[in-house]
Formats: sequence, structure tokens, C-alpha cells
Amino acid sequence: MSAETSTAQTAPAPAGHDDGHHTNYVKIWGILVVLLVISVAGPFLGHPVVTLITAFGIATVKAFMVAKYFMHINLERKWIAYLMVTMLLLMVLFVGGVAPDVLKHEGLRWENVAAKESVIKGNAAGEAAEHGGGEHGAAPAGEHH
Amino acid sequence: MPTGRLAVWWVIASEIVIFGGVLGSYLMHRLGHPDWAYQSVHTNTWAGAFNTLVLLTSSLFAVLAHQEAAKGNGPKAARNLMLTVLGGLIFLVVKSFEWTHEIQHGYTLTSNTFWSFYYTAAGLHGFHVLAGMVIMLVVAADARKNRELQRVENIGIYWHFVDLVWIFLFPLLYIAK
Amino acid sequence: MSTATVDTSHGHAHDAHGHHDEGFIKKYLWSTDHKIIGFQYMFTGMFMALIGGFTVYAFRMQLAFPGMSVPGFGRVTAHDYNSLVTTHGSVMIFWVAMPVLIAALGNYLIPLMIGCDDMVFPRLNRLSYQIFLVSALVLIASFFVDGGAFGGAWTSYPPLSAKAEYNLTPKGAPLWLIAVALEFVAFLLGGINFVTTVMNSRAPGMKMFDVPIVVWMIIIASILFMASVGPLVAGAVMLLFDQLVGTGFFDPAKGGDPVLWQHLFWFFGHPEVYVVLLPAMGVVAEIITVFSRKKLFAYKTVLYTAIGTGVLSFFVWAHHQFVAGIDPRMANIFSVTTLLISIPVAEMVFVYIATLYGGSIRLTTPMLWALAFLGEFLLGGVTGIFLGASGSDIYFHDTYFVIAHFHYTFFPIAFIGSFAAITYWFPKMFGRMMNETFGKVHFWGTIIAFNFIFIPLFFLGARGDHRRIYDYTNFPDLMKPGMQDLRVLATVALLVLLAFQVVFLANLFYSIFKGPKAEQNPWKANTLEWVAASPPPHGNFPELPTVYRGPYEYSHPDAAEDYWPQNQPPAGAAS
Repeated sequence: MSAETSTAQTAPAPAGHDDGHHTNYVKIWGILVVLLVISVAGPFLGHPVVTLITAFGIATVKAFMVAKYFMHINLERKWIAYLMVTMLLLMVLFVGGVAPDVLKHEGLRWENVAAKESVIKGNAAGEAAEHGGGEHGAAPAGEHH
Repeated sequence: MPTGRLAVWWVIASEIVIFGGVLGSYLMHRLGHPDWAYQSVHTNTWAGAFNTLVLLTSSLFAVLAHQEAAKGNGPKAARNLMLTVLGGLIFLVVKSFEWTHEIQHGYTLTSNTFWSFYYTAAGLHGFHVLAGMVIMLVVAADARKNRELQRVENIGIYWHFVDLVWIFLFPLLYIAK
Repeated sequence: MSTATVDTSHGHAHDAHGHHDEGFIKKYLWSTDHKIIGFQYMFTGMFMALIGGFTVYAFRMQLAFPGMSVPGFGRVTAHDYNSLVTTHGSVMIFWVAMPVLIAALGNYLIPLMIGCDDMVFPRLNRLSYQIFLVSALVLIASFFVDGGAFGGAWTSYPPLSAKAEYNLTPKGAPLWLIAVALEFVAFLLGGINFVTTVMNSRAPGMKMFDVPIVVWMIIIASILFMASVGPLVAGAVMLLFDQLVGTGFFDPAKGGDPVLWQHLFWFFGHPEVYVVLLPAMGVVAEIITVFSRKKLFAYKTVLYTAIGTGVLSFFVWAHHQFVAGIDPRMANIFSVTTLLISIPVAEMVFVYIATLYGGSIRLTTPMLWALAFLGEFLLGGVTGIFLGASGSDIYFHDTYFVIAHFHYTFFPIAFIGSFAAITYWFPKMFGRMMNETFGKVHFWGTIIAFNFIFIPLFFLGARGDHRRIYDYTNFPDLMKPGMQDLRVLATVALLVLLAFQVVFLANLFYSIFKGPKAEQNPWKANTLEWVAASPPPHGNFPELPTVYRGPYEYSHPDAAEDYWPQNQPPAGAAS
């Protein structure tokens, strides 16, 4: 680190891109908090599609805002953003390649019997715990067996 | 581009795939296991929401620290960094109370694979929070003496990334019930 | 890539700590000098190769002569056999191929070839080696714990790897996993250092297409590694919890899925093949151009096909799992992508052959290694076609055909590539020349023995010889006439191959201390490392070079000689 930091020490304004933008960071923070409130409130409407949007749609918006206004990714060279998107796409690729085997429990001439059984068992244990009453009775699956 | 910042971006690129691996695996299992809904109802949404607020606020202080560092005001940047560290500390304290409560109710790492993912994903994230706090203390100590001010921005970018991960962990673990 | 920028402060920055009277520890063990760190990686890798070689010796002896007491090891039990094959696989890939090809060559060559004084983060670089060393020590320690070294294969598939009652190595398994995870952290740090160094510290005038191919290859490989290893890091944490705390991430009865591990592993594992292949390809490009005294045919094609290979390598991982219970429709897709990836790799081989065409070829030891790399790797690639197509893979899976195919790709990468690199850069590294005669003896002994190991294994595999068997005398179907003879042939060839490595080690260590002094540029090559003294001092260059042209201008009509160093100003320009 010696070489490049030694010059930076002497430079008065080392941080890269302070090129006259005056973002009001407190305002951005306020918007983020409002978005957070919406994402918490979403499930109270009781509609699964609404919850999906308020949970993950808003998370995406928040992520975008943090990346843009806090991390200043838009002020970096363009390839930085492309690199981040590429990494995310790799994860989409991973999930896309794996989901047919792991998310699904049956396919073309194959069936994941163990996974299906574990879902049935988990459902049964969950229902039993719910009818067993109250927060304290809701012991995790497995303890009932 | 300054070398330090360039390296931070590469760190983040490689971190994206680490968290992507955990969260992708969790997502596939979650969608394949409708029975996990009986487990996920027991996560504490309010604790999660409060922690999101804490991390968002700490990110605000991190970016304010960068603003001060860009003006060359080291001591002020250091003060903002210390507030960021405080945010991380509150986050971890809330987390530890939350986990203690859950473990006392029998929801442990091994009680169900939902909880295994819950503790692993949040634990990996918490480890990054802790690491960020330690580095930030070092950076703040230098910044107070107006040294290595470019590092204020670099650690800030990392901290925002840790915040970003939590922004996705929150709905995945707490809201999707 | 950003345009070349060189900090003028580099010049005096290294003068400040350029004193050479440090003690041994400070100079060789605690150094931040990229060359020393490169050596640390190289010699650690060589030491680990001895372990890898010893394990293969022990279990091949057991396969050829079941039940015999192996000299130097003793009787190989079934339990030992599992530990031996696991250790051989993991050591050779994670602790030999990776450190020598990426870390040692990257550290040694990158700053010299791009004309700067050191990595941009020298202390991070030292930390990277130290973490790597700890990972190697953890692995070695796991040989001596109760139950011995991990016995769940280098791919570590659960439930075999997750449950101690199956793998019977309760302590070896988690130690192995921790060692591998530490090793990944070390190479992530190293990779970030390589990439930022090449982006920010190139010599003035060195543009994107003036960077030597081997540097490009190491950078592409580092990026591939960074992009692919993440899910496996996550998976390693999950598997460690399965082993130590009893979670069920990979246990279907608890709602997990063992196939998920295979995907996490191979999503890294297949790009990993190209992570080590590309640097070896880069080494070959450097050597072939220098020793045919000809410009590299189609520099940009090599570069683009390398990038294309890297991108495609993310789309092929599930071809390792055709019989693992993945959906047949996915198997179709992965067959097609797997067959596609042979195109860019073959294109690189064609480019190298075109470079040779019409050149004035000099068959020095490094050149022999480079040519052998092309030939042997080609065989590995061609046999891969049968395994990439899911139909024939169902027959060949888990036979010695797979073993032979794999070793026809990895032996050229890890050993032929490394020998080529070491013999080529030896004069620069140690300031002395290696003995050519012994070099050639070692070359021919190794290459001939290598083919005698693995060609028999192709035939055995085609006859259905299953790879996960410890004692074939229990399987009459696999003891048909001639089959055991082929096993003995392969084992004897292995002994010959191991014996010839003594020649290499003797030549290496003798030449380091007693070889004839090397000139600054003994091969008359163009790239910048040959501008520095042999061996280069701390700080590399007396003054940082300026680059005027690409790295492969051999036999150019405008140049006075048949080579034209990158830093030599054009004739007309005032210097």
C-alpha cells in the first residue's frame, strides 16, 4: 500500500468523485425509511401478491437507491455497475440451473421421495403445533415425534 | 480509479456471489418447502425492521463521513464513522437478544432447516458487520489525524454493501411468512 | 481497463525500504516483495506435490499388487485407501495446481511483465500467502488426527462427507473443509491484488493489447475464480455445520438436498478447470513465440477466445452430474454447452500451431514442455467429448476412462505447464541457467512415463473398470484376462515417472546454487521482465520502463535484431 497511499496523504481532497454533487443524504435516508415502513406494512393487507411487491419490489428499490446515492455506483466507471450486474446474473444462472433439481421435487422420470416426505411431515408437525395452542406450544418440527 | 476503491469493488463483486450462494440455496428450498411457513411465522418482524432502520441510519452516517472526508475534515469524518460503528453495535445487540429469545423457545440451528438457513445467512451477514466495524475503527483512528482519508470512502462502500445484503435478508427471513 | 497510469512516487517509494541487509526471516519469510512471495508459493506447491505424489504411489501400489506391504507406507487398508485418494485429489488441485500456476506465476510475473516495482497491496499479498500456508498446515495436521485424513473424495459429496459414520474420518473431514475454505480466502485476496495491480500499475505506454498473454490469462483466471468460488464458500459453511452441529442442509430427511452440494461444488469446480488451464495456456503462448522467433498468430483471437472460454465455463457445470439424478432435460442443455466449450479451447490450440508454422523453432527444454502441453492436452480435450455427451457419459461415468481423461487435462496443466514455466523463467528467477541435458532427460522420462500411465487406464475404463474400488480381486468381472496387467503397467509407469522427478529436483537445486550465470535476457525475449537484471533486485527495475509496442514483435523487418523489446524506443524517436 505504501506507494499509492503516500501520495494520497498529501492530497487535500483524496476521495474520488466529489465533483460538485450535493445530494441531500438525509432526504435519501428519509425516503428509505418510508420504504421500510411500507415493506413492513405490506403483509397487514393480507394479500400475497401485495406482500410480494411490498417486500421484494421495495427491497429492490431500496437496494438501487443505496447503490446509487450512498455507494455512488453511477459516478464510477460504467464497467463497475456491469460487473455487479454480471455477478447477480451469475447467481440467477446458478438458481436457474439448480432449481429444476432442488426446488422441484419431481421431474421427467424422477421423484424426490425424501423431500416430499419431509414436506408432509413438516406440514403435519406445523399444524399440530398450531392446534396445540399458543406461541409457547409451537415447538419446532421433530420434537413431536 | 484509485487503487483502494477499485479493490473494494472487486471485494464486493466476490461477496455478491458468496451471499448469492446462501440466499439462492435458501430461496430454492423455501419455495420447495411450503411447510417452512410454520417455522417462519416465529421470526420477529419488529426486531428485523428495527435492525433494518439501524443499518440504514448507520449507512447514512457512513456516507456523511465520506462527505466530510471529501472536504478534508478528518475529525468530523471520524466522528461520523464512530456513529456508524455504534449503529453496527446496536444491530448486533438487537440480534443477540433476538437469537437468545428464539433459542430459548427451541428454535435452534438444528431444529429445522429453515432455522439452519436463518442462522447461517444472518450469521454470515453478522460476521461481515463485525468485520466492517473493526476495519472502520482502524480507519476512524487514522482519519481523526487527517491521515488516509481516502479510506473513509472505501470502508463506506463496503458498509453500504453489507447494508444492501440486509435489505434483501429482511424480506427473505422476516416478511415472507 | 483504465488507461495506464504509473505513480511517479513508485521510484522513491521502494528506495526507502530498498536496503538489502535484512535477516533471513525478514527477507524470505516475512517479505512483501512479490518475487519472494511467488517463490514461497512455488516451493510450498512443490512440497505439497511431494505429498500428492507419495499418496498416489501408495494407492497405485495397492491397486496393482493388492494386499502388499507398500515400501515406505505399509499395508494400505480400505480406510487408508479412501484417505489417500482424497488427499491426492485435493492436494494436487488446491495445493499444487492453484498455488504454482496462479499464485506463484502471478506474483512473480505480473509486476515484472507490466513493468512496475511491486503489487499494489504488498502487505495483502503477504497475508494471502500466510493464509495459504495455514491452510496447508491445517491439511497436513489432518493426516495425524484420530481417524486420519478425510476420506470422502476431493469432491466431498454429502452424505458421505457430512456424516462421520459414513466417511469414518470424524476429525479429518471438518479439518479438510476448513483448509479448503482458508485456501479460497487466500486466493481471493491474491486475485483481487492481481486484478487491481494490472489495472492500475502498468508501465507508461502499455495499452490493453500490449499486455503479455500470460498476464491476461492470469487475470481472466483470477476473475473466473472470484466469480465462481462464492457459492462454494457458502456451501462449505453449510457443510461444516452439517458435519459439526448436525444441521440438515444436505440431508433430505431434514428438508435439505444432497444434490445442492454437487451444484455448489461444480458451479465452482468447472470454472476452476479453466482457472488453472488459462495460465498454463498463457505460459505456452509466451514460450512458443520466443522459441519460434515469430509474432504470436492472432493475439486478439487468443484473448477473445480466452474470455469466451471463461464465460462459457459457467454454463457447463452440471455435466459432472449426469448420473447424479438431475433432470434429463437439464442434462441435454448441459451436454450442448459442454460440447460448445471445446471450440474456443481448440481455437487457442490452432492459434499456437499457426504461430509455430514457418517459425525458426528452437527445441530448448521449455519449448519441448510447451509443445508437449499442446499434444497431451489435445488428447485430454478429445476424450472429453465422450464424457460431455450425456449418453456416452452414462456408460463411462465412474470408470477409469474419466480418470484418464481428467489426468490428460490436469497433468499437462499442473505439471507440464509448471515445468515449462519454471524452466523458461528460471534464469530470471535465480540468475543462473538450468542444465539442458538433464532438462531433456527429465522431459522425455516424464512424458513417456505419463502416457504409459494413462493410456492403459483409457482401455481399462472402456472395459468398464470402476474407479472407486480398493481391491479388484473381490470383483471377478473386473479381473478378466489382461485387466490386472494393465493396472500393473500403469503403476510401473507411475514409478518411472516419480523416479524421473528426482532428475528435475536435482537439476533445480544444483542450478540454483551452481548453475552457470545467466545473462539479463538469455532467450532474447521481448517482454519487460527480461529488461530487469537476473535475478531482479527489490524494486525490479533500475528505472521503470516505458512501453512502445506489443510483446510479440519477433523477426520484425524494422528491428535491428530478430527481437524487439517492448521498452526499446523506435529508431526515429529521440530517447
